[in-house]
Amino acid sequence: MIRYILGRIAVMVPTLLLISMLVFVIIELPPGDYFESYISELRAMGEATDMAEIEELRERYGFDKPPVLRYVHWVGGMLVGDFGYSFEYRLPVSDVVGDRLWLTVLVSFVTIIFTWLIAFPIGIYSATHQYSWGDYGLTFAGLIGIAVPNFMLALVVMYFANIWFGVSIGGLMDREYMGAAMSWEKFRSILSHIWIPVIIIGTAGTAGMVRRLRANLLDELNKQYVVTARSKGLHPMRVLLKYPLRMSLNFFISDIGSILPSIISGAEVTAIVLSLETTGPMLIKALQTQDMYLAGSFLMFLAFLTVVGVLVSDIALAILDPRIRLGGGSRK
Amino acid sequence: MDSNGIGRPRDLLRIEGLHVSFALMGARITAVRGASLRVLPGKVTALVGESGSGKSVISLAAMGLQAPSARVSGKILFDDPLSDKAPIDILSLPHDGQKIRSIRGGRMGMIFQEPMTSFSPLHTIGDQISETLRIHTGLTGAEMRERCEDMLSRVGFHNPRKVYDMYSFELSGGMRQRAMIAMALVCGPALLIADEPTTALDVTIQAQILKLLKDLQLQMDMAVLLVTHDLGVVANIADEVVVIYQGEIMEAGPVETIFHRPAHPYLKGLMAAIPHFGMQRGDRLKPLREIEVNQESLLSKKYQARTGPDIILSVRDLSKTFAIRKDNWQMPGKAKEKARPAVDGVSFDIRRGECLGLVGESGCGKTTVSKILMRAIEPDTGSVLFDDGRGPIDVLKAKGAELQALRTRMQMVFQDPLSSLSPRMTIGEILREPLDIHDYGDVAKRKMAIKALIRAIGLDEASLKRYPHSFSGGQRQRIGIARALALGPSMIICDEPVSALDVSVQAQILNLLKDLQKDLGLTYLFISHNLSVVDYMADRVAVMWAGRIVEIAPREIIMTAPVHPYTRALLDAVPFPDLERPLNFETAGKTSAVSRESWARAFRDDDDGGDGMAPADLGGGHFVLARRNADVRELSS
Repeated sequence: MIRYILGRIAVMVPTLLLISMLVFVIIELPPGDYFESYISELRAMGEATDMAEIEELRERYGFDKPPVLRYVHWVGGMLVGDFGYSFEYRLPVSDVVGDRLWLTVLVSFVTIIFTWLIAFPIGIYSATHQYSWGDYGLTFAGLIGIAVPNFMLALVVMYFANIWFGVSIGGLMDREYMGAAMSWEKFRSILSHIWIPVIIIGTAGTAGMVRRLRANLLDELNKQYVVTARSKGLHPMRVLLKYPLRMSLNFFISDIGSILPSIISGAEVTAIVLSLETTGPMLIKALQTQDMYLAGSFLMFLAFLTVVGVLVSDIALAILDPRIRLGGGSRK
Repeated sequence: MDSNGIGRPRDLLRIEGLHVSFALMGARITAVRGASLRVLPGKVTALVGESGSGKSVISLAAMGLQAPSARVSGKILFDDPLSDKAPIDILSLPHDGQKIRSIRGGRMGMIFQEPMTSFSPLHTIGDQISETLRIHTGLTGAEMRERCEDMLSRVGFHNPRKVYDMYSFELSGGMRQRAMIAMALVCGPALLIADEPTTALDVTIQAQILKLLKDLQLQMDMAVLLVTHDLGVVANIADEVVVIYQGEIMEAGPVETIFHRPAHPYLKGLMAAIPHFGMQRGDRLKPLREIEVNQESLLSKKYQARTGPDIILSVRDLSKTFAIRKDNWQMPGKAKEKARPAVDGVSFDIRRGECLGLVGESGCGKTTVSKILMRAIEPDTGSVLFDDGRGPIDVLKAKGAELQALRTRMQMVFQDPLSSLSPRMTIGEILREPLDIHDYGDVAKRKMAIKALIRAIGLDEASLKRYPHSFSGGQRQRIGIARALALGPSMIICDEPVSALDVSVQAQILNLLKDLQKDLGLTYLFISHNLSVVDYMADRVAVMWAGRIVEIAPREIIMTAPVHPYTRALLDAVPFPDLERPLNFETAGKTSAVSRESWARAFRDDDDGGDGMAPADLGGGHFVLARRNADVRELSS
């Protein structure tokens, strides 16, 4: 087991290296760099540009050097925790992101919990009452949840939340707490705002999870071992929870791999519509303005989380499923 | 138990006028029509019928486990010997309620056909067995563990402590069925319902499980309702027999009456449809439902006057060892299993027009041999020479046109007729595909050939437009045979062609194969674990064990005068549907790995440096694998 984990971690290194090359190439692909788009923006606004200052900045950040050197510089910096400098914000990348990161994590985390809390009972109900009116109704609602785009739902909810509850939802907190230090009032303000993005972002995920849980559970419910458990006199609810539900959880654990990166990047469009102070909109902006260190660091961070997420879900699968742990895949 | 004073034991389970029907696609399918039967306490009652006869539905209903969509009427009275109260009607109890749950597992246990899927692979054996105790007794954890381990050792585990913490997939099929029995019996129920408990098992394992069931039944003074289609099993352990056909009880009574004086035509038909030992060469099975076949249409030129060498297939020294996958999870230093050859120096010849039977328990390498012959697996060493009179072909080295030619001359019939036919192709397309691949004639000629094929297996031309799922298992297997015949092969490898089929259609397929062989002059390699089927089909029989052919001889000699101890054990383990030939449970109840220790030295090659094993000629085409220096006369004594 330990050897397996170590081996997997060793494989992560070349994977990440390859991803970093890809990220760098993609960021370099569009013609020009941040300074060029910056100059043209200034010119468009009719302001004078201090070419000397820009040339100096270019030199300082190595933009006159060949791409290979810049790549090495970038990757080397990341290894020691220096993620570079955001030209857009004129701040080190870590300072720019840091503030928003924990808000993003909070929103995503609450969303995931919300998804699970709603999806599990519904999925179990749908599977055990297959083809009942309840199943059809929930399936219908779920399909609507999957089909309606998040941003549209966001607009609708925003409108009604304002009219019915008088909650003005742009953002995650009231204006006066922005940038303020954490306090009890700020926390309350966040709590009163967070449910709307959580519902909006979580709807599609919840509906999707209900569908998958229902399908997986239906496969398991007719298996022989379920009859065996019932023939022992076990309570039907205990049978359901102990055997088929546990068996149908593998897909759920495999999902962890994709949950981690979506915690950081998830729901960019919704975040823009609701003007949430999360990292999603920032990533999009950084890509638009060719703020290469910010964008690159973001993408690398996402890649890192994906790789770690896959590792975590593989290890969790092995711990929870003895067939993977002991079978080695060679036995029937 | 004899408390009602009439002098006759009370029925433990009494089913009266049971009707079960299911809603299916808007219609109602009746699975059981007015079935009545009884199970006496402390006796084995066998419920016999072919698949779809409703026998499993009855066994499930007896525990209230029928599907929610089932509509049930009638009475199922369970008279618990431990309670003085009047019998309980299982059907009147609330569905999955407290009362029925206290009977399930506590007073009635159940085991199933598939030991593979009856356990949850995510929980340890011990967890699943002690769960029954947790539900029905108030024992502490340590006491439960003790009871479980005691039960596990009673069902034949030598190391119950270790098995308790193992997972089901770490056990073999037979061992899993033992664990299953332990789980059903750990609370000491008055009734055990066993639904085809040995059907999925090898014949030697089957004998062990039957012995175990019989022993435990006597020790625990428990009644067994045994659901099976195998009359051989019935003859060996049942006290009473109930015969069911299409949801109706045909005949019921003590086992002696049923076997000696079967009254109902269905039962007589069932007995005539099952191959059994001691059939004469010319004897023919009588299927329950005869099929009309028309082979004349296939008797074209290509099958006539084919002459050639006497030996059509010559196999020499085949060996194959599968590399064991390196296990990432294993801690370093843990002993690794040494790779054992799956096929180990196998040599045999098949003569033209004969049927060579290849028998052995599962995992003995017989399927690997067939796959090597079809070039699906590359052997490590060995040679295979095929010659049907159109020039010899080196099977293992053939390439290009030669390989194409080989494919037309050697074909295969598979075990599972459903998964070996593509569900997305019509029968016509399935049969035409080989002709297309090999560019046989023009379109009109292909059409003619397909029609001839479908008639030869007794289906009508309309079935060419249908898809495999709309046929029954036996019909699908006939289609599989037609596909194998499409290119006019001279040899067919049949890999367990009837083991996935119901007894009632087995006879159809076996007779069809026999007729085709006679009329078309085919040669068969017939692989099966069912000795009586091989006995019916084969001219010569090769017995395989642990990757080697341990004995090969004409059918009569193998069946009547086997020499190798493994062959003898295999034959001893076959249950006969005949009360006069009961199984000898003492010899049959051993695994080959254990009984191997008691084999005569001449048949073992493990210890001190002998000079290896070689087939010893006993005369008359009878060879047995023995030590090189062993005395031939000594062997056959």
